[in-house]
Amino acid sequence: MTKADIIDRVCERVGGFSKKEAADLVESVFDVMKATLENGEKIKISGFGNFVVREKKPRPGRNPQTGTEIMIEARRVLTFKPSPVLKSALNGEA
Amino acid sequence: MTKSELIEVVAQEANLTKGRAEMVINTIFEAMVEALQRGEGIEIRGFGSFTVRQYKSYEGRNPRTGDAVHVAPKRLPFFKVGKDLRLRVNGQRPAPPPRRPESSKPAATSSVSSPKPSVVPDPGMTEDVI
Repeated sequence: MTKADIIDRVCERVGGFSKKEAADLVESVFDVMKATLENGEKIKISGFGNFVVREKKPRPGRNPQTGTEIMIEARRVLTFKPSPVLKSALNGEA
Repeated sequence: MTKSELIEVVAQEANLTKGRAEMVINTIFEAMVEALQRGEGIEIRGFGSFTVRQYKSYEGRNPRTGDAVHVAPKRLPFFKVGKDLRLRVNGQRPAPPPRRPESSKPAATSSVSSPKPSVVPDPGMTEDVI
């Protein structure tokens, strides 16, 4: 499934939008989400899951190919925690 | 930000009623849940991708009591953040410029058949495209 499939679905299910309008809307939904996460704010979508920005501390690591030790810098990463509703939907319990 | 806050922001930005924005956002996540239920992956350019991972059953332990527990096989969604968003979240690159219409590749713009000399720079293209 790609954005194009989602756009088609929005056109089908929510009447009154042109393809272009639906495309812009879907784009704007993900743009708002990206900007929110970029600010370090988490997003909670009930029934789907939570997108959380986590602070990772620096830690020593190694290049697995050469074995050279390197320092992995402190960084912020995005994690997704699926909601229990989504988990059970994937396991035929919904 | 919760789903209802997302609905409010999108309603405002797109000049829609909250009810319409809610329908759009619910439809988006419903479509995504259904794809994952079918075991299908989802790829959202510029955001990330979701895949379904199959886990075998295993003998686990209750971390609090130490009791052995049987964990049944299960499917779980897995999210991999896209490169662009990964960098943005880590404060490594400014927000990308407003998207161009259609494809990101410098394709022939108007006439499809006419041969295009490869060295001539496309006037509409800027250097920042990686």
